Amino acid sequence: MNQYLSKQVADLKPSGIRKFFDLAAQMDDVISLGVGEPDFVTPWTFIEQSFHALEQGYTSYTENAGMIELREQISGYLNKNYNLDYQPDDQVIVTVGASQAIDLALRTIVNPGDEVIVVEPSFVAYVPAISLAGGTPVTIQTKAEDAFKLKPEQIEEAITPKTKAIMLCNPNNPTGTFLTKEELEPLAEVIEQHDLLVLSDEIYAELTYDENYTSFPSIARMKERTILISGFSKAFAMTGWRLGYATGPAELISAMVKIHQYTMMCAPTMAQHAALEALKNGRQSLQDMVDSYKQRRNFIVSSLNEIGLDCPNPGGAFYAFPSIQATGLTSAEFAEELLQEEQVAVVPGDVFGANGEGYIRCSYATSLKQLDEAMERMKRFVAKRLEKKPVHLEASN
Amino acid sequence: MMEHEVELLKLIEKNANLSVNKLAKLMGKKPAEIEEMIAHLEEKKAILGYSTLIDWAKVANEEEVTAMVDVKVTPARGVGFDKVAERIYRFPEVKAVYLMSGAYDLSVSVRGSTMMEIGHFISEKLSTLESVLSTTTHFVLKKYKHDGIILEDEDDDDKRIVVSP
Ligand SMILES: Cc1ncc(COP(=O)(O)O)c(C=O)c1O
Repeated sequence: MNQYLSKQVADLKPSGIRKFFDLAAQMDDVISLGVGEPDFVTPWTFIEQSFHALEQGYTSYTENAGMIELREQISGYLNKNYNLDYQPDDQVIVTVGASQAIDLALRTIVNPGDEVIVVEPSFVAYVPAISLAGGTPVTIQTKAEDAFKLKPEQIEEAITPKTKAIMLCNPNNPTGTFLTKEELEPLAEVIEQHDLLVLSDEIYAELTYDENYTSFPSIARMKERTILISGFSKAFAMTGWRLGYATGPAELISAMVKIHQYTMMCAPTMAQHAALEALKNGRQSLQDMVDSYKQRRNFIVSSLNEIGLDCPNPGGAFYAFPSIQATGLTSAEFAEELLQEEQVAVVPGDVFGANGEGYIRCSYATSLKQLDEAMERMKRFVAKRLEKKPVHLEASN
Repeated sequence: MMEHEVELLKLIEKNANLSVNKLAKLMGKKPAEIEEMIAHLEEKKAILGYSTLIDWAKVANEEEVTAMVDVKVTPARGVGFDKVAERIYRFPEVKAVYLMSGAYDLSVSVRGSTMMEIGHFISEKLSTLESVLSTTTHFVLKKYKHDGIILEDEDDDDKRIVVSP
């Protein structure tokens, strides 16, 4: 049947995560640090509100852009937290996860051949989503010695006459790298000089632990060229509800709504009701989860460093991205051998981009008990590798 | 109270079994700093003890009965309810005493190994106290949740797929 596939789809590379999933899924007693979603179940009040809405008979479509009450809440939330000003009626769209918002935004702005910049190591969906929209992904490789922080010169180097937009993700999946206002501003300058659009994926914005968060469109003159993408999956522990949103200039958001109305109609109604409750009354639940992630971040980072895996402190999201170069293994070897020998699943860094080689992604959205056990197992695993290895190893730097 | 003291208290309120080393890692501090904080909090009696929540229903031959007793009393001049509360909370059978707003004054939780034993305590000791006007006793039939912890056997399996983006 392959001859029937569209060329675009046939050319898509299978996700490296998928391959690793198949391997891990066959095994018993796996402790997984490979999961990109919260370990918390959705807070009960959100679930209960969704029950209530269903009981009341809210089982039909909503407006294409999402319930107006929810768009008002999103607008109010962004205003209160990040000092942003978006009109609920034409600058906010509620989507099926941030995933759909990314897809809609790309399909809205990309003409065939347009280049869109992706900053690697990156969330695995950006590159294929750009290709599917008919664009050409151009990748930037951030450097380990910069703590995987994007530098303005790197954007300059990637820009060509065809560059239309850049995808930013702050805090970043998989590195947990967090960019402050001072680090974002020089990027904004280059972006303005070259008249680029920005798709700013801020789905982990609430999950930052040390410093205040600056939303990209709140930087001077960036709002008019930014589509802000976020959602309820991570901060509110609502991955399975499939609910996200995008905000931006009215022309771009209306164009996104146009695609959305023909291809999706609207985001799930029961999920929209749960999200309404999350924004109205979910602050405490969110804060409790953030406190817990922060403690576990502290725990995993100090444990990894003790084990001998060099791990800088990630400022956000729920991922640690330690170097495994001291073991002399590649990322894929490390992840596979660790899974076979100690039944701990981590994600090899190279699936997030070539510069992820030499690193692994460890999610700490896992109970402390499991994390503790995972660290014991990894300690055993790494100790054996460090013993075997000659003290001098130039190849691994 | 300092922010990290509150953080420490919240952690050990949920799990008193966490080692000093683990607490230090979770909070990004040194073990010695944690020990010092705990000593300080014990000294000022913010930490009063370390107990374990046990579901005695799961332990053979160790079943226990709990009663919640609504007690109406006459407060005494000068000391209000405190004196009579003290007369009540000194009994080891009494596990909790609260002064309440509303239809009665003191809510007293009493624990014993049989209903007979509790009945005896209430009729002999509690209701005979001079300032006690009346008691209404409610026996607990089943505990679902205690101190924020659900006692039912919940399925707490991780329902997430093993590896995801
Ligand atoms: C950076 C990033 N963006 C978007 C998503 C997708 O989230 P959603 O569940 O809202 O589609 C994820 C999920 O892993 C993510 O890590």
